[in-house]
Amino acid sequence: MAGSPVQVTGTVLTMRRVDAYHAMTVVAPGIADRFRPGHFVTVAVGGPRTSTLTRRAFAVHDVKPDYGGTVELVFTVRGAGTAWLADRRARDPLDLIGPLGRPFPLPRDPASCLLVGSEYGAAGLFALADALQQRNCRVDFVLGAASSDRVFGALRARRMAETATLTTRDGSLGVRGSVVDVLPGVIADTHADVVYAAGPMATLGGVTAVCADLDIPVQVSVEELMACGIGVCMTCTVPVIGDDGVTRMTRACVDGPVFRGERVRFGDLGTIPFDAHGAPGGDRAR
Amino acid sequence: MPADMRTYLAHVELPNPILTAAGCAGTGRELAPFADVTRLGALTTPTITMSPRAGRPTPRMAETPSGLLNAVGLQGPGIEAFLSRELPWLAERGVRTVVSIGGGSVAEFSALARKLTGAPGVTALEVNLSCPNVEDRGRVFARDPSAAGEVVSAVRTGARYDLPVIAKLAPDVADVVAIAKACVDGGAEALSMINNPVGMAIDVDRMRPALAAGTGGLSGPAIRPLAVKAVWQVHAALPGTPVIGMGGVTSGRDALELVLAGACAVAVGTVLFHDPYAGHRVLRELEELLQERGFDRLADAVGLAHRPSHRTDREESSL
Repeated sequence: MAGSPVQVTGTVLTMRRVDAYHAMTVVAPGIADRFRPGHFVTVAVGGPRTSTLTRRAFAVHDVKPDYGGTVELVFTVRGAGTAWLADRRARDPLDLIGPLGRPFPLPRDPASCLLVGSEYGAAGLFALADALQQRNCRVDFVLGAASSDRVFGALRARRMAETATLTTRDGSLGVRGSVVDVLPGVIADTHADVVYAAGPMATLGGVTAVCADLDIPVQVSVEELMACGIGVCMTCTVPVIGDDGVTRMTRACVDGPVFRGERVRFGDLGTIPFDAHGAPGGDRAR
Repeated sequence: MPADMRTYLAHVELPNPILTAAGCAGTGRELAPFADVTRLGALTTPTITMSPRAGRPTPRMAETPSGLLNAVGLQGPGIEAFLSRELPWLAERGVRTVVSIGGGSVAEFSALARKLTGAPGVTALEVNLSCPNVEDRGRVFARDPSAAGEVVSAVRTGARYDLPVIAKLAPDVADVVAIAKACVDGGAEALSMINNPVGMAIDVDRMRPALAAGTGGLSGPAIRPLAVKAVWQVHAALPGTPVIGMGGVTSGRDALELVLAGACAVAVGTVLFHDPYAGHRVLRELEELLQERGFDRLADAVGLAHRPSHRTDREESSL
């Protein structure tokens, strides 16, 4: 088992730029030991007297055994919190909690796996690719973004996977369009048995629709705004259909972030579906 | 010598004054990997409602300077699931548990109190008065002294005599003291303050409200001065009523500020999102601060700021 998450004060080992992104390696032994692909970590930003109280959640790009265990996070500066994070330098302390969430389930027997990543959501898929290859699975990648400098991990994907298909919205790299546009063709070419996807919600919804058409199982790692990452704040909820067929507002942080794609009601994001458990008026309808 | 940190909510003794605020500590299970929840003075549950609630649509949260706007909408499984799944977990571990309850009518509050009164592991009931009253065009109970008093009295009647009833007050009211008095007259043994004042943020990139619900409750250090003021005013008017102070506490110094204003217990809330170990850290810091200032007992510091200041230091008492 993955074990329970821990809160540690890690030490920044390296900071580097990867195209449009920042990649930060932090020495955090307790987290690295427990990590499995699909887990995420949260970081407290702004230092001890911070005015930004919510933790920032990041997929883990890589864990390594160096210095007792390191984790690497990939992020882009989107606000005050990530700007602070981008200013960290080697040896700075960093408050980390992890590993959090439910990891990607891995196939029991060797299978052909297609990994679909959009923008820096792709970062979380490389540890998964390693784990799949160790199980003798075939791994193919589809990576996409708005422009070439935002396609994360293209080189590594090309090196490790059977095939790597790249897409950009502006056509500056690979196929012009989105990862969803090329997906049916790539699934046919690679004879994919299962699809794993990470990225913005709109992309995940598109990927899930394609996989549903082709009747292929799909695991998605969702992105929803989180404040705590440990299941107390109730802000990262997503309408998800449970094993009993009932839709619940489900916390992405503790019950996800990985869900079976067809269980997530992508069309109802940003709403409370009328048939959800505890929806307004639901007790009167029944 | 470390200060005696014991405190009382009505007749219930707590070993220390640090609680968690409603809706900020989950049901204990979520915090347990990071901090020993049995060592808290008490854990307050999220507000429990009669039937399951799906809450509000997302986005439910927006970060603001030193604060957080939230519109979760009391998502929860309802009282039956709480009694069968969540409360037993807390009771088995001996976690002192304050159950926050919320309803849309006086009858619902009273039914919740009756259901909880025999349940093992309930230390006290906290009445979340910041619920809209469906019988009064959605007017919030906390805004109206008579409605607040009526709800508290219904809960007091529904609950067994030895289960303390705490009324949780909102700060964005015309006269918090009038509400506090109405609650105490209705039978509240203690008061907790403050609940989130209502605020709003607009995302200037999307040019739409940041929260799906439009408005939300503001929490975090941004509201601490509101909490200090409410605790101060209520303690001055009702010095005999125990007050649980809360609102933006992130450190022992913040907790001490509320204690000096008149709170005999302090709850940590939003800071738990930032640091799940914050309750224990705040307790340790508060203990150290009391010790540094020469207090033998927490109780001696409660409401101390109300006394006129004098120039003599404690060391000079040998005269």
